[in-house]
Amino acid sequence: MTLAIVIAYLAAVLVVGLASQRFARGSGGEDFFVASRSIGAFVLLMTLFGTHMTSFALLGASGEAYRVGVGVYSLMASSSAILAPLLFLFVGTRVWQLGRRFGYVTQVQYVRDRWGADVPGLFLFVILVLLMIPYLLIGVMGGGLTLTQITDGAVPGWVGSLMIATVVLSYVSFGGLRGTAWVNTFQTSLFMVLGGLTAVVIIRSLGGVGIAVERLQTEAPELLIRGDRVSEIRMLSYTLIPASVGMFPHIFMHWLSARSAQTFRAPVIFYPLCIAAVWIPSVLLGLFGNLDFPGLEGPAANSVLVRMIALHAPEALAGLLGAGVFAAIMSSLDSQSLSLGTMFAHDVVGHYRLGGDLGEERRVRIGRIFVVLIIGVTFALSLVTSRSIFGLAVWSFTGYSALLPVLLAGLFWKRSTAAGVLAAEVVVVVLWLYFFLDAGGRPDYSVGGTGVMPVVVLFAASSLAVVLGSLMTRAPETDRLERFFGRQT
Amino acid sequence: MRWLVLLLLAALFVLRYDFWWWAEPRLVFGLPIGLTYHIAFCFAVTGVMSLVVRFAWPLDDAAETEPEKEDGVRS
Repeated sequence: MTLAIVIAYLAAVLVVGLASQRFARGSGGEDFFVASRSIGAFVLLMTLFGTHMTSFALLGASGEAYRVGVGVYSLMASSSAILAPLLFLFVGTRVWQLGRRFGYVTQVQYVRDRWGADVPGLFLFVILVLLMIPYLLIGVMGGGLTLTQITDGAVPGWVGSLMIATVVLSYVSFGGLRGTAWVNTFQTSLFMVLGGLTAVVIIRSLGGVGIAVERLQTEAPELLIRGDRVSEIRMLSYTLIPASVGMFPHIFMHWLSARSAQTFRAPVIFYPLCIAAVWIPSVLLGLFGNLDFPGLEGPAANSVLVRMIALHAPEALAGLLGAGVFAAIMSSLDSQSLSLGTMFAHDVVGHYRLGGDLGEERRVRIGRIFVVLIIGVTFALSLVTSRSIFGLAVWSFTGYSALLPVLLAGLFWKRSTAAGVLAAEVVVVVLWLYFFLDAGGRPDYSVGGTGVMPVVVLFAASSLAVVLGSLMTRAPETDRLERFFGRQT
Repeated sequence: MRWLVLLLLAALFVLRYDFWWWAEPRLVFGLPIGLTYHIAFCFAVTGVMSLVVRFAWPLDDAAETEPEKEDGVRS
């Protein structure tokens, strides 16, 4: 029953992805890579949200709430609720404007054009791709593990991973960004509804929120306050983690697909409500999991939601939750793999004219081939990678956040130079490696044991490097500045 | 109005850091106050953002540009 529901869901996803092509505007690169810059407000909101939220918002958030308590919401959800729309408004709209004016489809194209230098762009390409690998693996492996859990071990993990990889590969390579945006809208709506439905069914079975909270006040009152479980300095420094939204290649690509700058209004206004809609059920169910399953340790805590469903809800709901988790995973995985395919096709093959000049059709074909390769390699790696990869998510976010000053300098600081950008990139790589190795896999690692997360140091150092590197080198030429900022007086 | 709205936006960053509820066990609307506050915070962000897009829109509408290049994507 559970497996049948998941398979039916995957079939529905394929139908939506393929149907989106009826609305394609020609077969050129502009349509495949940025949907002819025609995506409307509702689809942009849903696809940005679905792309940003991974399976962590369902399984990881409930697992963290189980371990840490209510503080998880203030730590993770409300920081994204304010920073993500802010970046959409002040960075996304400007990026969209430049993309429309100059025809960009990747961040690297912008960096090369803005500063007129190849090396910072190439270096950025390498960093963005390397930071994306663990993120892709987490999605593919998460799907497999979820299917194993909800079928009580009947379906091995690799089958779930293969199912996800095959479906994503089909609609992304066929439908490009338009297919991805449509499927994401479908999937995001689904996992928001299913998350809420799951919470209602389980909480009613527990006797209601009031009774469940009363029991927690007796059995685990420490989970109802932040106390020592979320330190004040950690909460303050965590604010910078969602800054990664501004540098994710897949989010950048969706920004470029908007119909107009005004299209950003809906995501800017409603994003915080979408976050609340997904995180409130996840956090409550994780908290209440302590009543039925006390003492889960390590990765087992992330299965608390699945266990609650098995205990309190009918089998059909387990299948629907499986579909919801698959939706959350695929709505990120599709955009990530498409953005990498787009970057390989434009920033390497197209830019260096490997194989000669590329026409539009050939560029699309190369983009498709790279999507297939990226998903294929990710699936192969998922077969040999250990579950410790899940701990890498926050390191991936840290790297992307630390690169944001590069984009901000390009958009807002005329005096910034290619040397400053390169200096920032080098500083990010060096410090990231230092902290990563120093952490040695400890999830609660902080700089010198102070509670300050490494992202704070990386962000500050990257900002300083852009400024110093730029001021120590010759100011950019006036004609380049006029291209990007208008007439200079 | 623009500056007032941007000031509200800045105030949200301060309000997110609600150290005054850190160890407060009181329930509000049946939920721990530390959770209720941050759910309300998300609604407050939506309210302020709707003012920001109205009164502090970052782009000049006239700057919604025509493409500089011809159709297609750059290499």
